[in-house]
Amino acid sequence: MCERGRRPAVGGYATMIIAVAVMVLPLVWMVLASFKDMDELYRLPIQWLPESLAPANYGTATQTVPFGSFFVNSAIATVLGAGLKMTLGLMTAYALVFVDIPFRRFFFYVVVCALLVPQQIVLIPNYALAAELGWLNTYQGLIVPGLASAFGTFLFRQHFLTLPRSILEAAEIDGAGHWRRLWRFVVPLSGPTIAAVGLVSIVTEWNDYLWPLLVIDRPEMMTLPVGLTLLMNFDGVPNWGVIMAGTVLVTVPVLAVFFLLQRRIVAGLVTGAVTG
Amino acid sequence: MATATSPPDTPVRRAGSHRAPRSRPRARRRGALRNWLLFAVLAGPNIALLVVFTYRPLLQSFYLSTLQWNLGSPTAIPVGLANYADFFADPGTPRMLAITVVFTLATVGGGMVLGLALAVVLNRKLRFRGAARTIVVAPYVLSGVAVGLLWLFVFDPNFGVLSAVLRVVGFGSPDWYTDPGWALAMVIIVYLWKNVGYVALIYLAGLQAVPRDLLEAASLDGATPFRTFVSVVLPLLGPTTFFLSITTLLTSLQSFDIIRAMTDGGPLEGTTTMMYSIYLEGFAGGRAGYSSRSPRSCSWCSS
Repeated sequence: MCERGRRPAVGGYATMIIAVAVMVLPLVWMVLASFKDMDELYRLPIQWLPESLAPANYGTATQTVPFGSFFVNSAIATVLGAGLKMTLGLMTAYALVFVDIPFRRFFFYVVVCALLVPQQIVLIPNYALAAELGWLNTYQGLIVPGLASAFGTFLFRQHFLTLPRSILEAAEIDGAGHWRRLWRFVVPLSGPTIAAVGLVSIVTEWNDYLWPLLVIDRPEMMTLPVGLTLLMNFDGVPNWGVIMAGTVLVTVPVLAVFFLLQRRIVAGLVTGAVTG
Repeated sequence: MATATSPPDTPVRRAGSHRAPRSRPRARRRGALRNWLLFAVLAGPNIALLVVFTYRPLLQSFYLSTLQWNLGSPTAIPVGLANYADFFADPGTPRMLAITVVFTLATVGGGMVLGLALAVVLNRKLRFRGAARTIVVAPYVLSGVAVGLLWLFVFDPNFGVLSAVLRVVGFGSPDWYTDPGWALAMVIIVYLWKNVGYVALIYLAGLQAVPRDLLEAASLDGATPFRTFVSVVLPLLGPTTFFLSITTLLTSLQSFDIIRAMTDGGPLEGTTTMMYSIYLEGFAGGRAGYSSRSPRSCSWCSS
């Protein structure tokens, strides 16, 4: 490529602008389409801007399918799922690092090897088990099978190994038990790691699709990604305006959170790679 | 700990034991037992969940693969390896494997190349590169279903924005919806759009860890930027590349959301990868025993 001076910057900026445009324009198109009615959507030549900004499609989307319940269900599954998963991960990592037992390494591998098992392979037995327990269309069926923390445990363990032992020894001499040492000393010393892992697992839970699709078939129990596809069930031509309105409702909250907390989320994504 | 070897179920001897009192080993043993209990309380729930919902079903899948059985059906007939024989005898199997290979190579290989290129650009001292990095990563945090639906409209061969752009340039739109090859390309493009930012982000972290003096030394030795990149930077990125190839391979093999939202494995099973066919067979087609092996596709029938 170019040597030095001002020309390389031009090439760099051009690439950067193209990349940003490729990422942003489909999202802009989604928002624009969500304000168009059927007539505008199916017009040739293509109509770029909607004629009005009346949120008619949003009304239709939230009335044809129970978007309110989708939202509540997604929120419950995300908060409980991510919260419990983090707690389990912190407890397991603490045990793996600070509790002296033989075969600790074996248990560590039991946790980490689970990362290599593809979700599809365990799908059918897990579905059969959930059905047997009467967990279909329930919150426990939605949350519990995916609750175990493997990646989080791995990252927390890597972080705990870097904590200064002297602090914990001091806490032990002061008579703090393991439980107190975990929540009063180890957790406060791990703020950034916890925030990073937590945000990534919140995003993952919010977007989770395959398992919720199988275990839930009653609309009032569906999460947002599952419920969103209900808008596709039309006879004949799809009403893209309504579908895009639904898509905006699913993506915009996540985008807002992402841009607000992007430094922490990016740190979370990178942490996994750097320690790995 | 040399002494902490007693298994968890070793009974701790009571004080009234007939043996001569040997208080120190006993105390140590009690300490070991307490550690085991503590470990069980802290790590037990998580490990139990992993055993029940990951390792048990993993083993059970192998067992199920020897049955002729449908989800919810009370009868299951042991058929030995017949499901596997069916799988390899099935005329659709080679095509499905080929689709899986194409999808995997394109998403993993393409993602790594594009991601590295993006990372190299974003690693240069450009204004707004922080904002650009954030925007490039943004699609990665979006729901795959939503991403699939929004792109499905972009790709609409008649009324989509892509066909309008192609028409301006003088091309007709390919049959993204009905031609199996173009449909596979469409799904791959959307997958790359969603995931390339993650690869770029991780490569960017790797690039920023490359020591500056090495680059300066290379340029003093008269190496061109391209030569420096190939001989100095790429080898240093080796661990990053290794990590990314593993993680993106695992993600790509499991990709489901986008395919389900856009094509449902169609048209003519043109986007049915091996993992996607497990879903089609096991849940849409209702042949769980066959599916537990890792099946070929069936035509997509239910909604």
